[in-house]
Amino acid sequence: MRGITKRFGDLVANDHIDITVEPGEVHALLGENGAGKSTLMNQLYGLLQPDEGEILVDGEKKVFRSPRDAIAAGIGMVHQHFMLVPVFTVAENIALGAEETRGGPLGWLDRRRNRRDVLETSKRYGLPVDPDALVENLPVGAQQRVEIVKALTREVDLLILDEPTAVLTPQETDELLAVMRSLAETGKSIVFITHKLREVKAIADRITVIRRGRTVGTATPDTSEDELAALMVGRDVSLEVSKTPADPGREVLKVSGLVVDDDRGVRAVDGVDLVVRSGEVLGIAGVQGNGQTELVEAIMGLREIRAGAVELEDKSLAGRTTKQVLRAGVGYVPEDRSLDGVVKDFTVAENLVLDMYDRAPFGNGFALNPKAIDESARERVTQFDIRTSSPQSTVGTLSGGNQQKVVVAREMSRPLKLLIAAQPTRGVDVGSIEFIHNQIIHERDVGTAVLVVSSELDEVVGLADRIAVMYRGRILAVVAPDMPREEIGLLMAGVVTQAEDTE
Amino acid sequence: MSGVSTATVEDLAEATAPDRFWNRQRRLGAALVVIGLIAAVIFGSLAESATARFTISEDAEGAALSINGQLGAILFGIVTIAAGGALLAGVAKRWQTTLLVLGIVTFVFSFLCWQVAGKFLPLVDTASGSLELALPLILGALAGVLCERSGVVNVAIEGQFLMGAFGAALVGTLATSVWAGLISAVVGGVIIASLLAVLAIRFLVDQVVVGIVLNLLALGITGFLYERLMQPDALKYNSPPRLPEWRIPGLADIPVVGPVLFETNLLVWLALALVVVIHLGLTRTRWGLRTRAVGEHPTAADTVGVRVRGLRYMNVLLGGVVAGAGGAYFTLVSTGAFNKNMTAGAGFIALAALIFGRWTPFGALGAALFFGFAQKLANYLSAVGSPVPNQFLNMLPYIATIIAVAGLVGRVRAPAADGVPYVKS
Amino acid sequence: MTTEAPEKKAEPKKEESFLGVFLHNLWSANTVVVTILSILLALVIGAVLIVVSDSDVLATFSYFTARPSDALTASWDLISHAYADLFKGAIFDPAAVQAWFSGSGDWKTVFNPLSETLTYAAPLVFTGLAVALAFRGGLFNIGAQGQAVIGCVTAGVAGFAIGLPPVLHLIVALLFGVIGGALWGFVPGLLKARTGAHEVITTIMLNYTATLFLGWLILQSGVQDPNRTDAVSKTIDSTAGLPALPAPLRVHLGIVLAVLATAGVAWLINRSSFGFELRAVGVNPPAAKTAGMSVARTYIMLMVVAGGLAGLGGAVQVLGTADRLTGQVAGNIGFDGLLVALLGRNKPWGVLFAAMLYGGLRAGGNLMQVDVGVSLELVTVLQALIVIFIAAPALVKSIFQLRDARTARLGASMAKGW
Repeated sequence: MRGITKRFGDLVANDHIDITVEPGEVHALLGENGAGKSTLMNQLYGLLQPDEGEILVDGEKKVFRSPRDAIAAGIGMVHQHFMLVPVFTVAENIALGAEETRGGPLGWLDRRRNRRDVLETSKRYGLPVDPDALVENLPVGAQQRVEIVKALTREVDLLILDEPTAVLTPQETDELLAVMRSLAETGKSIVFITHKLREVKAIADRITVIRRGRTVGTATPDTSEDELAALMVGRDVSLEVSKTPADPGREVLKVSGLVVDDDRGVRAVDGVDLVVRSGEVLGIAGVQGNGQTELVEAIMGLREIRAGAVELEDKSLAGRTTKQVLRAGVGYVPEDRSLDGVVKDFTVAENLVLDMYDRAPFGNGFALNPKAIDESARERVTQFDIRTSSPQSTVGTLSGGNQQKVVVAREMSRPLKLLIAAQPTRGVDVGSIEFIHNQIIHERDVGTAVLVVSSELDEVVGLADRIAVMYRGRILAVVAPDMPREEIGLLMAGVVTQAEDTE
Repeated sequence: MSGVSTATVEDLAEATAPDRFWNRQRRLGAALVVIGLIAAVIFGSLAESATARFTISEDAEGAALSINGQLGAILFGIVTIAAGGALLAGVAKRWQTTLLVLGIVTFVFSFLCWQVAGKFLPLVDTASGSLELALPLILGALAGVLCERSGVVNVAIEGQFLMGAFGAALVGTLATSVWAGLISAVVGGVIIASLLAVLAIRFLVDQVVVGIVLNLLALGITGFLYERLMQPDALKYNSPPRLPEWRIPGLADIPVVGPVLFETNLLVWLALALVVVIHLGLTRTRWGLRTRAVGEHPTAADTVGVRVRGLRYMNVLLGGVVAGAGGAYFTLVSTGAFNKNMTAGAGFIALAALIFGRWTPFGALGAALFFGFAQKLANYLSAVGSPVPNQFLNMLPYIATIIAVAGLVGRVRAPAADGVPYVKS
Repeated sequence: MTTEAPEKKAEPKKEESFLGVFLHNLWSANTVVVTILSILLALVIGAVLIVVSDSDVLATFSYFTARPSDALTASWDLISHAYADLFKGAIFDPAAVQAWFSGSGDWKTVFNPLSETLTYAAPLVFTGLAVALAFRGGLFNIGAQGQAVIGCVTAGVAGFAIGLPPVLHLIVALLFGVIGGALWGFVPGLLKARTGAHEVITTIMLNYTATLFLGWLILQSGVQDPNRTDAVSKTIDSTAGLPALPAPLRVHLGIVLAVLATAGVAWLINRSSFGFELRAVGVNPPAAKTAGMSVARTYIMLMVVAGGLAGLGGAVQVLGTADRLTGQVAGNIGFDGLLVALLGRNKPWGVLFAAMLYGGLRAGGNLMQVDVGVSLELVTVLQALIVIFIAAPALVKSIFQLRDARTARLGASMAKGW
């Protein structure tokens, strides 16, 4: 790919990027969230068309108008969000677009041959899949295998894997890396998109680092993690959060024996006990999808509690509405900002009172008080350094970091007993990360109990005074943040050795 | 990605919450018991103790199935209660559908015994009348299946009917050919379908909005041209030939079934054949697999090289063909002339049949036949002067559909991407 | 669906004459321009329909190549006559104004067209608001028709079945209309909130259920006019009628209520706590839920209020114009309300304007039908076409080669399927 440039409105997502992938190599594309890695690869796969630049396959210039052109050129892609039809079987999903048919123009499906092809590919590459299972019933790991088999049945020379490890445990990740290695040995090229340094070092033959839409460097696996991180983030990163030792006080949040189901009715939280004290940060570490989301939603009254108790200063929160929980002095920064945190079509001012609009001074439950809303908004914008042209701009026009600051400002501008921050800095620029981290520590220092949930271990280690590791719906251990990261990593993978509980 | 970790997940999956007592089967059972009680007690006590005759031959005196009306109403009501009781008692799941159908059918029989007591109901006439009334509903619902399984909501069936009916009447008259009429009906349906397709797929207008507005447009245009052309000179513009009835010798002599199915017009056969063809097409062919993929997850289909918009265009236009043919029913089969707003909401009953039939061809057929029967029964009841108001029977399709979408009797699920325009990121 | 008020015109930085800026903006695809061009396009297509459906004019086209002027003149005469009637029937007739000034006519004739326009517009304002309000809360209320029908029924029955002193009787009858419509809106709201049943499906089904119910009710003794055998109810008591201007003017208090309702709904959406909730739920239900709002409660309330508005529209129709229930008493006001809401871009004052336009088309259409024999159905065609063009601004833009500008894309956020 040469000189690839892609713009979305004013935003330049890719700025003259060059990248070459050799046969049989694993080429890692490293960069922060939002750096433009997926955009680049979507152009290679024909989902997006570059505004400038060209794509060459085996030295020949190609134009990919749609994925069908890319597939014809021997390119396959496993997307970050799986491209599988949930109500189809595995075999149907794999056949789609490349169906074996008989009966000429009628296009009668030859299911037996489709099924056989699936089993053959699955066996050849050691990727077990059940061709007759419905995709919606499969766990994510298995869905990913289906995606890879789907790409491999199409005789690809180049396989793109977009953030494949985000939903996997360390063990599953290791297995995936092994599969990638063996694929590369058969002569296939692999582009591996990630932001995780450890994986890059473990597997890549070559590394291209992308920052803010530009190639900022190429590296080899010998390059140290620090150097790679510096390249990726653009300056020497200090994920260290400066803070004083905690001064834990009384128990504010007490969760005992909590059991919660996810949307599909599958048990997601399976008997969790934890305590958060005033003036301390409890961090919850764990690979995404191990019940953290459901745990937080259950505390907030957003999800039904199947069993167990949640108490805020000895008062039960079970069965309360979200409004009651918020009014009881709980601040909540939800993990999915654009879905749950802000209303993008609302103004900054309106978003700042999203959970306070019916209380004095912003309103009385019947009518709003636009003047009070506006005045308070001006204050918050200054206080929380929200970069916006006006409090009357819609939040959708703000950058991710500033949107998150709106959420943080809203939740921290009322007296709190407990602050719950889920993935507080996901998709947020480095400057805003620091600001938000400092705000969280500040909240702790004034005596609020803080619960931080993050799938970034660095963030948890930096913020927390105690770390609870969650795996498959259970808290495996509560450890101190100075515990070696490898050991915490093992816990996140569900490996328990003795005497972990330092509480 | 190991077998070990997969096993853990399956363990968790098994640990789902225990079934609640009032599960779907028990709720259905309770409902059947209630309507069974209504049948046995109310219908039974209201029914005249006289013979109810269900005649098999075409005249009133010939062979018939007879039963004492009161006795029948009570007996069938009791069977309904029994079916409900069995569901309540928790019989095996595979009996569920059978018992449900049994319960509903016996409830209808109980109702019929009450109403027919002392009179007679001609079975052949009822069956062929139901089928005829169901005919446009079948075609309309199939048009909906074609559109909606590929992800385009079609609430413009009514408009397609109207344009089809109008085109058939106008061209059929001008060309004095019923076949030319039928072809123009198809063209009429396709005109509305192409507007729907372009506005929904190309211009991304909300599909429900487009549908509703196209209905009004069709109503306006056909009404306008009717008043300007057809009303002043009906002979020249509005007296199309009727679709002939064909009789298949031999098969037509089978009692009841013969005259209903084998002594009828081409459109009926066409509709029934289409049900089978579309069913097989959707489940067994490449076109069907891709159509369903596009209706469920268009991005996934796109990433494996399926032309999402192209397929949607094709299916919406095919739907126009089928719905247009359904429109021909109104002028070429039913009345023999076009009239302003003559479809009178049939397109929406077809929509109801589509939804009630869970977006499947055979489901749509079943729902359409059920709704056709309800209409026929309503006509019969008002003809014999029954105290049961026919308006309430005519509400049946609508209320049944509301109950179905509310999930009170099982869940109906639309294709996941139905109504969502496909825009490349 | 945008949440904030009309777009702000960017103040041009460069020194430009006002006229230059004006012309620049004129040919850009902003909301006003698109609306006007949509109306224009609809009129052009309507003109084509008028010509092709007229056999006399069509005959002149058979020798078009020989004498094109005949065909063109005949077409022009017909079209200009028809559209002039549309104007005269909706706003004013210059001849009548002249007659008034010269003393040979009276003022009532002059104001009759406006009176007709407002009479037709009044119920449409209510049904339009019913659709627009629900839209803002993320619900597509196709059920305004059914809610209006039930509003007609309850208000009508209250109008002839209860005996009360003037004023009070009217208020009670109107309230009955509100309650009837609200009830008919409550059902789909409840089903949506509790079971997730899609409101488009349930409201469509309830529309026909309501019509069938009306058809049954007016044949029942106590409701049916004892002196008639057809499906017509008793006439409502004069105490329950909406006060009107002297005959032949038909305009009644309903239009005043409509303006008040518009102001009320505008306040509700923009300035009330409930409005804040419904707007949040309308654009992002998960965020609303996370912020502690009850999405289910909002849906139910929203449909109750919307249903009440549509029911009030039905009540105004019965108590102001129809005076009795018939099978067709509600006409098409619910479906027209849908078009009105779309044309008004789901903003209360926009709805008021759109209802006036549609009322005017309807009033003018009557004159057109009587005068030049162009069927009133043409108005339905025009109404539908206008909304099609409005709903697809990209289409209008490409026809007229407009420059890009921020246009509110209609209903885009509604495109969620069932």
